[in-house]
Amino acid sequence: MTHQIWLYIAVMAAVCYAIRVLPLTLLRKRIQNRFLRSFLYYVPYVTLSVMTFPAIIEATRTPIAGGAALGLGILLAWMGAGLFPVAVSCCAVVFLLEWFLVSA
Amino acid sequence: MIQLRVLQTHKTALANGARDGVPIGLGYFAVAFSLGIAARNAGLTAVQGFFLSFFGMASAGEYAAITVIAADASYLEMALVTLIANARYLLMSFALSQRMSPTTPLRHRLFVGYSITDELFGIAVAQPKPLDPWYSYGSYIVAIPCWATGTAVGVIAGNLLPGRVVSALSVALFGMFIAVVVPPAKQDKIVGLFALLSFGASFAASRLLPTLSGGTRTILLTLVLSGLAAALFPVPDNNETQKASGDNETSGTQNEVES
Repeated sequence: MTHQIWLYIAVMAAVCYAIRVLPLTLLRKRIQNRFLRSFLYYVPYVTLSVMTFPAIIEATRTPIAGGAALGLGILLAWMGAGLFPVAVSCCAVVFLLEWFLVSA
Repeated sequence: MIQLRVLQTHKTALANGARDGVPIGLGYFAVAFSLGIAARNAGLTAVQGFFLSFFGMASAGEYAAITVIAADASYLEMALVTLIANARYLLMSFALSQRMSPTTPLRHRLFVGYSITDELFGIAVAQPKPLDPWYSYGSYIVAIPCWATGTAVGVIAGNLLPGRVVSALSVALFGMFIAVVVPPAKQDKIVGLFALLSFGASFAASRLLPTLSGGTRTILLTLVLSGLAAALFPVPDNNETQKASGDNETSGTQNEVES
């Protein structure tokens, strides 16, 4: 190895930190532009949705379990359940379904 | 008195953050564990794995970094790969800047920004506006050690955790995403519509463009779909605050009910 692992980690850490902190520190005021404000209003929900599907059916050993977790999660959240109960229920349904569907 | 009441609010925010950080921490531990296995294969020690995760705080981004280390590529390449794999955090940081009070001091911005991740950002945007930095700190105190320790344990213990447990824990993160998106989608039909469109577009992109990495797919689709939503359904001045406070009322009551 010609490269130092610690130096790799330092480079990654510096870039990661800059990406996360620059917008937050440079942009203090409320954005006036209506398009930009609307854009940023939608960003979190679109990002989280994009990352949830199809990743959730690929994270489990069988897509059926991931699909069931997605369905149950949406249902419970729709009925007003909070973060923790929804997350735990999703885990439980995957564990149960895979118990029957996937050997070992 | 006012000072005391403010301190009390911060204390509650800290406690709420820590509570919401628990499911995230559990999910993190499982994911970080598998990341640790990859780190070990790339030649990292447990201590290096710990700090990789402590400073990286990103699953896809760190995985990309591990492949760079494994390939013994240049430091410049490390910087570029990190930039691309984590670019979505730039968007999240912008979005979060609009949720903080304009008077939030620099030191809080420096600390809150440090750990913007998909999940910790997700629960922060579900909080009442303006975001209390102490809420984020509460979630960080629980989630960051889980993530870093999980990686270190993964490096050491390898395949100790049964596969079915890893599989079950891995959906905890997605369960939380769902719990963040659904309540506002219920109130605002446009948010709901675009959440469904996001599912569809993400699925289509993963099948039609399999070479596109997960991180790049997230950036591209976020830009396109949020841009489309903003162009077609711009949020009116008053309405935005109304919508936002609407979200807050729901999450506020939920929090109270839970605690």
